[in-house]
Amino acid sequence: MTATTEAQQTYTSDEMMSIAAARALGDGQRCFVGIGLPSTAANLARRTHAPDLVLIYESGTLGSKPDRLPASIGDGILAETADAVISVPEVFNYWLQPGRIDVGFLGAAQLDKFGNINTTVIGDDYANPKVRLPGAGGAPEIAASCREVFVVVRQSKRSFVDRVDFVTSVGHGSGKGDRERLGLRGAGPTLVITDLGILRPDPETSELVLSQLHEGVEVEQVREATGWDLKVSPDLSRTAPPSEAELATLRALKEAGK
Amino acid sequence: MAEIVSLAEGVGRLVHDGDVVALEGFTHLIPHAAGQEIIRQRRRDLTLVRMTPDIVYDQLIGAGCARKLIFSWGGNPGVGSLHRFRDAVQNGWPVPLEIEEHSHAGMANRYVAGASGLPFAVLRGYSGTDLPKHTDTIKQITCPFTGEQLAAVPALNPDVSIIHAQRADRAGNVQIWGLVGVQKEAVLAAKRSLVTVEEVVDELEPVPGQLVLPSWAVTCVAEVPHGAHPSYAQGYYDRDNAYYEHWDSIGRKRDSFEDWLREKVFDRTDSEVTGK
Repeated sequence: MTATTEAQQTYTSDEMMSIAAARALGDGQRCFVGIGLPSTAANLARRTHAPDLVLIYESGTLGSKPDRLPASIGDGILAETADAVISVPEVFNYWLQPGRIDVGFLGAAQLDKFGNINTTVIGDDYANPKVRLPGAGGAPEIAASCREVFVVVRQSKRSFVDRVDFVTSVGHGSGKGDRERLGLRGAGPTLVITDLGILRPDPETSELVLSQLHEGVEVEQVREATGWDLKVSPDLSRTAPPSEAELATLRALKEAGK
Repeated sequence: MAEIVSLAEGVGRLVHDGDVVALEGFTHLIPHAAGQEIIRQRRRDLTLVRMTPDIVYDQLIGAGCARKLIFSWGGNPGVGSLHRFRDAVQNGWPVPLEIEEHSHAGMANRYVAGASGLPFAVLRGYSGTDLPKHTDTIKQITCPFTGEQLAAVPALNPDVSIIHAQRADRAGNVQIWGLVGVQKEAVLAAKRSLVTVEEVVDELEPVPGQLVLPSWAVTCVAEVPHGAHPSYAQGYYDRDNAYYEHWDSIGRKRDSFEDWLREKVFDRTDSEVTGK
């Protein structure tokens, strides 16, 4: 018994990130879920505090209720457990575009201080990229049209840059007021959850500032993993460590998804 | 009316060098066998269209069949990068690959416009992103009623669209269920179409949530059991997740990929391909 308890009380920074991201989702919200880290967090939320969270995947499922982590956005389990299965044009035109979705949950290869996301190319030259990434997928319109956007991404100097090499999906553009000017109707990224803490846009400037630190992480560590001069919120708080129930549920979901 | 043909005949008749070719299937029912048949028949200079180029397009690109790719997300889902695609974009191997890059919403709407007989589609999209700087098939348009600024994208009308479905009857009516992606739009937008199916049956028993493409909207149907592997066909077989992982090791290096091409594609005879 002791061994089990101890095993559950040690956790990885990735587990902390997934759990912190899951906690951000409210019960009953409608959430457009990207694969990978966002999908892990959204499924964890549905299995813990948010049983009525509505999971929407761009492959065409509304209200998926998988009992394990899906391997891809097209995993059969998402369709088999959905309230409705719809075509891809319908996902984007009828459900996303009119603003029916509360939270867009995205990952990023590169993220900048205004929450703009790059999943297209690394390097300045689009025609001759240093690294060719997968591209946009559904993200540009998810970032534009959901009422708000949560980004979940591991924090490092490589991924957290002053300016993204390519704006695949708009966060807060080049600062406050840009989203309105561009005609983007959702609020954009309101939370960025990482393996070190949580960043939120400053209400005055829309620049991402550190607002929460995970247990055992220091401010200096987060600054070192950030490619811009990271500001710290005066109301900096600490993330509560994972509960036993959260950890057990997360591990069971991952194990079942193998 | 759709004609029932072998896979080799269907590809041979409908896919020509230089064609604009769309193989669709959004994570489900991906027409892998048809993609490999295009490689085996050594088609060249194709403009490949697909929302989510994954390993079947990695194979076509690595084999040098394509000169251009129109797409919105290119990766090995759940695994990582497409190494043949990256090698073509970053190093021009085996031939340079021009790209035309969109978002999913843009691509889906381009097919919808194509299927609807319209020259373009309108959407709320791309605003503020860098995509319009590099993709000249994204323009701004002003709504004539409200004055709002919106995005316009041109219709996609492939020379041939290829999809995989669960069943067809002997008259060539096609039945699909589960995640249906953008397949109906891709077929209706195309000048010619080839549908590979798990089986040809006497009668199509109704299935909840099904989509039926009538025989007169399809050019050719070919029976290709397991034709979507390693993706899946709901009601027939599951996704082979291990194969997607395995592909990473094949596609990563040029020589392992060329070994694969020789062994699994070019050394197969017509009769092996048709299974007859």
